[in-house]
Order: sequence, then structure tokens, then C-alpha cells
Amino acid sequence: MNNGGARRMNGGGEEDDDEDYVNGDLDAWERTYTDERSWESLQEDESGLLRPIDNKALYHSQYRRRLRSLSSTATAARIQKGLIRYLYLVIDLSRAASETDFRPSRIVVIAKHVEAFIREFFDQNPLSQVGLLTIKDGVAQCLTDLGGSPESHIKALMNKLECSGDSSLQNALDLVDGYLNQIPSYGHREVLILYSALSTCDPGDIMETIQKCKKSKIRCSVIGLAAEMFICKHLCQETGGTYSVALDESHFKELILEHAPPPPAIAEFATANLIKMGFPQRAAEGSISICSCHKEAKVGAGYTCPRCKARVCELPTECCICGLTLVSSPHLARSYHHLFPIAPFDEVPPFSLNDPNHKLQRNCFGCQQSLLNPGNKPGLLVVCPKCKGYFCLDCDIYIHESLHNCPGCDSFRHSKADKE
Amino acid sequence: MASAPSKLYADDVSLVVVLVDTNPFFWSASSLSFSQFLSHVLAFLNAILTLNQLNQVVVIATGYNSCNYIFDSSSDLNQSFENGRMPVMCSSLLQKLEEFLIKDEQLSKEVPEGRIKSSLLSGSLSMALCYIQRVFRSGALHPHPRILCLQGSPDGPEQYVAIMNAIFSAQRSMVPIDSCYMGAQNSAFLQQASYITGGVHHKPQHLDGLFQYLMTIFATDLHSRSFLHLPKPVGVDFRASCFCHKNTIDMGYICSVCLSIFCKHHKKCSTCGSVFGQAQSEAASTSDKKRKTPET
Repeated sequence: MNNGGARRMNGGGEEDDDEDYVNGDLDAWERTYTDERSWESLQEDESGLLRPIDNKALYHSQYRRRLRSLSSTATAARIQKGLIRYLYLVIDLSRAASETDFRPSRIVVIAKHVEAFIREFFDQNPLSQVGLLTIKDGVAQCLTDLGGSPESHIKALMNKLECSGDSSLQNALDLVDGYLNQIPSYGHREVLILYSALSTCDPGDIMETIQKCKKSKIRCSVIGLAAEMFICKHLCQETGGTYSVALDESHFKELILEHAPPPPAIAEFATANLIKMGFPQRAAEGSISICSCHKEAKVGAGYTCPRCKARVCELPTECCICGLTLVSSPHLARSYHHLFPIAPFDEVPPFSLNDPNHKLQRNCFGCQQSLLNPGNKPGLLVVCPKCKGYFCLDCDIYIHESLHNCPGCDSFRHSKADKE
Repeated sequence: MASAPSKLYADDVSLVVVLVDTNPFFWSASSLSFSQFLSHVLAFLNAILTLNQLNQVVVIATGYNSCNYIFDSSSDLNQSFENGRMPVMCSSLLQKLEEFLIKDEQLSKEVPEGRIKSSLLSGSLSMALCYIQRVFRSGALHPHPRILCLQGSPDGPEQYVAIMNAIFSAQRSMVPIDSCYMGAQNSAFLQQASYITGGVHHKPQHLDGLFQYLMTIFATDLHSRSFLHLPKPVGVDFRASCFCHKNTIDMGYICSVCLSIFCKHHKKCSTCGSVFGQAQSEAASTSDKKRKTPET
């Protein structure tokens, strides 16, 4: 039983011996109880019987609080969002990242969620590009250049996860500043720093670097994993980004995924420009051509650049030969829901079924689930302010997070909510 | 938020959500009459239910003015243990469909001439996806869901954004959208929907054999599709149309603020009013539009 501990972790080598020693005389099944306290997820209801915590209502109230904080800045009007983003993700690989307060170690948790973040980022911002940077031994290095393909970033990240040395915020910011000054002027420049250390070893005056970033119009955000630091807070305040510190793994996941949708844009930061783009057609089945990304002959199933007729394998991409940005119309359409967001639904105070003033719909408009709890008591529900359709809490979350259409508004032609 | 469906009862249990187009403008001009169409569809729905005891079928009507649920095979009213399910299913389905059509007609208002008479596909797609999410939430054992669109009306360009949102959400939840288009022209929306979500799109040549097409192409469950040769997507056109002339273009200019597509270089974006090529602070005349994109 005891050798289970030695085989448990792959990262964080030296910590292994300490853990083993502390938990050395515990069996494997006992070890799970030291980490997860399953008795905390029980509650007593009115009659004294035990039941698990009602996660649904908790989740929904958290979700609505989040929506309210987002929409309080945006109000109901449409806020301009930075849709073409050039984001650098800076990952701190100093020795603080190998701490094991996040299981199995901070860097493993960071890598896992960065992968999910990159996929989500390209899903929501298909025209944007991401680059990866690491800080190790006090030196910042570029892991991957700005690019639009999620697989290359994820593969590069998973190969290099060793942690050592100090962390240096100034070196990272200097490097990012150098790279981001080369991008076109219509792009929004952003940096997201995942900081595990509690200190920074800088060669010069970091305040100057922060001012330089502010002048270059780079929006810097930081997610800390250790504790709140003044310098990170100052950096984010100066550049207009957000600073948050993760409490545990699920909180970290929530914080990092908050950076996937485009932030409100500060209009002076990026000039509006017309970008020339191509919409390639799919090559005919059975046609043979030399692929410009793999440099070998391929049959069928590719796209032809409309300007130079070179073959590319996947979209969106930049043509290797003539440099034209190639996209397809669904890629543009993925960003339209940021431009036409739907209004948040209003909560309905619980009222009695026999109230003559309210014509209660028995079922949720979207999923036809009964809106009444057992015993004919009305459950929690929400209503769309435009079409007045009633929806259950789960449909509310699904509609606002994934679908971005109100089924009620789309199902009635002559309501005020036609999206023209 | 959406996650992949977890382990099913068995690989071949399916939930089919059928979106039936009831647009009177289309059916009055179609070579196949609506009652003949319904007889094909009812036979097809019964066949799906007999393929596996645990299969489920949900029917949503896509009307001209509204959309609504018509039939759910898993609801208690429709489970009859007496004479088998089919007689009950036909009468209750037809009754609800008739009620829906009467209500849909009453909602009609005067329509200016020349407008494309499309049905509300985006509404019924959204409702179908909400229902499927409910099935995912119901626990670890649930059938493989998919959506089948039986559509004849032309595409309504005002629904483009809503339909694309629904398609991307279906793609994330891994729900294929099959489509059988019975109209005269081609439906670009349905072709894109089936291509992006991994479903099957088909435009039957002989509408009086519709039942045959439905059974051979659309009846199989998702697991068995890997053993069959189904119609491949041919020439799905992903080119965009420019906002100024509505022509299909293969090279164009995109506004970096609102992603509107133009075929020629302009000085100002007609959708969001941004002046191109200048830093925003210099464009004093558009200062009140700086932080908002106006209604399009």
C-alpha cells in the first residue's frame, strides 16, 4: 500500500520524498480522505435528513453574479470588443511553480488549463493569434511565435515543463513589448501572465518597463497562484488589465477561461483598418497539388489561395507564398455573437400557481422540462425581457454561455426582437 | 460548459429530434402535397421507434410565424401498452400539428411583397438544442442525440447569425445536424450545418419516394454510420458575401472593428462608422460612436 505514494506523482521530484515521509504510514484509501473532505458536501434539510448541497442553485447564483458584474459595465448597449487579438501567454517556470499546493504541482495544473484555454480561445476568437513565453532562471524565452494553430502551441508547451530558478517580470515584459510592437496596428495587444512566484528579480527599473508597456498600448493581465503582489496589481491597473489570484484549481480554471472572450476594447488602442482577406474554395476531390505547409504532394481535400493559387491544408491561416490571410465565413461568424449579444434573462420571484395575474407556463420554453417542483410548487425560473418566455435555470446558463440565441425570440416572427 | 456525451445505454440507441417545415408558402407550391409528406414522415418516425426499443423521437414544427414542440415519444401520454404505440402516436401527433398550424396562421400579418418566405429554422434549432442539453443532464445513461431537418423553405438571410450560433453550439456538444432539403434551389445554410457538425445533407431527386431516402440515409444511428456509404458533402461553398452588393467574393476587405465584409476599399465602415486608417482619437466626428457599435 505504501509504495502507491512513490509512484503517484511525476513532476516535482524532490517534494516526493517529503510527501512520502509524512504520509508514509497511511494506506492509500486513507490518503484520499486527507485531501477530499467529502463530509463537507452534506447538508441537513428542514426535516433533519441528510442531503447533498444543492449545487444547481449555487451554480446558478454564481453564474448570475458573474453576468451582472460583466453587464454592469456594458449595460444593455453593445460595447465595442477587440475581436482581432494578439495575446502572449507568459508562463512562470521558476521554482515556485513546482510547489505542490495545487495537486500534483502548480505547473501541471497550469499546463492542463492552458491547453483548455488555448482551445477555447481559438474557438471564440478565430482570427486572433497566441504566442507562448516562459520565464525560467530569471530569463524570459519565447516558446512559440504568434500563430493561429492551437496544436502547435499545445505540443510545444507539453514538452517544456521543467521548473527552476527565479522569476523575472521585467524581462518577460521587455520581451513581449519587443514582439508586440511588430504586429499590425488594427490588432489588440494583450499579455496574460500566469505568475506562481512571490518575487521578481529584475535587471533594471520595472516601473519604467510598465510605463513602456502602457505607452505601447499593451493590456497586461495577471493570474497569481500564490498571493497578491503589489507589483502585479500596479501593472494591471496601469495597463487596464485584470488581476486575480486563484484560490484553488477550479477557481483557477474559471479565472483563466474568463480571458477567452474578447475584453471591452479601448478605442484609442487600435486603429480601425480594412484587412484584406481571402475566402478560399475547397480543392476538387482527386486534384493533386503540392501543399505549401508540408512541402509535399497531396491529393484533394485542401484549399486554394485565391491570389496565388497555392494549396493550404487548413483554415484559418496565412498563405505561405503571398501572405494573404485566408479564412472561411464560419470563422467570421464565430465572432458575431460578441457583436450581437443577447440580453441577460430576468429572475422571476416565486409566486403561487393560483395567482390570477400570472399565466404560468408549465414547461420551460426551451427544453419542455416542467417548471414546477414536485407538489406543484413553482421552482426557480427566469424570463426573457424581450419575448417573455419562461426558461429553466439550466437553459438560461446554456443559452448565455454556449448558444447565444434566445429560442423564444427566434421562434416568433412578429415580436420586437427580430434580429435584422 | 458543454461536454461530450457520456457512456450510452448501447452504441445504437438514438434520440432523433425532427424539425418539420410547415411553411404554407412552400407547401402550396410544392409537387409533393403536405399530407403525402406527412405520411412519409410518420412511417419514418414509426420505423425509428421500432429499430430499437429505447429509441426516442421528438418532433418540432418549424412554422412561418412560430415554432413549437409537437410530439415527444418519451412523454407519459404517448406510451401505451395496449395496442402497440403506433395508432396513439399518429392521432396525437396529427392533432397537435393541426392546432399548431391553426395558431400559426392566426399570427400572420401583412408581408411586403418580394420578401423571401422563409420559415423560422433558427428558432426550432435553438429549441432542439435546449432539449438535447436537457437529455445530457439527465444522467450517465442517455441515447445518442441528433437533429434531422426536413426543410423546403428557402434560407432567410436575416437568420444567418442565429443559425450559425446554433451550428457552432451543436458542434461543441457533438450533435450532428442531418438535413433533407426538399425545395427547388440549394440551401447553403443546411449544407454548412451538416458539414460543420458532421451530419449528412441530401436533396432528394424524386420527392414521391421520400420515405425511401429517409430510411436509407437518415434512419441509421451514429455508430452504424461508419459502416455505410452515405452521401458525401459535395462542393460546400464557404465563400462570404460582401455587405454592399451581396455578391459572393473570394477576396475582400474586413473591417477590424465589426468584421463586416466589403469587396472594395472604403474610407468608412458603413456598419459601425469607424474611419479607417486613422487613430480613433483623431476621428473627432465619430466620437459619440467610439464605444458602441450601432444597431445593424
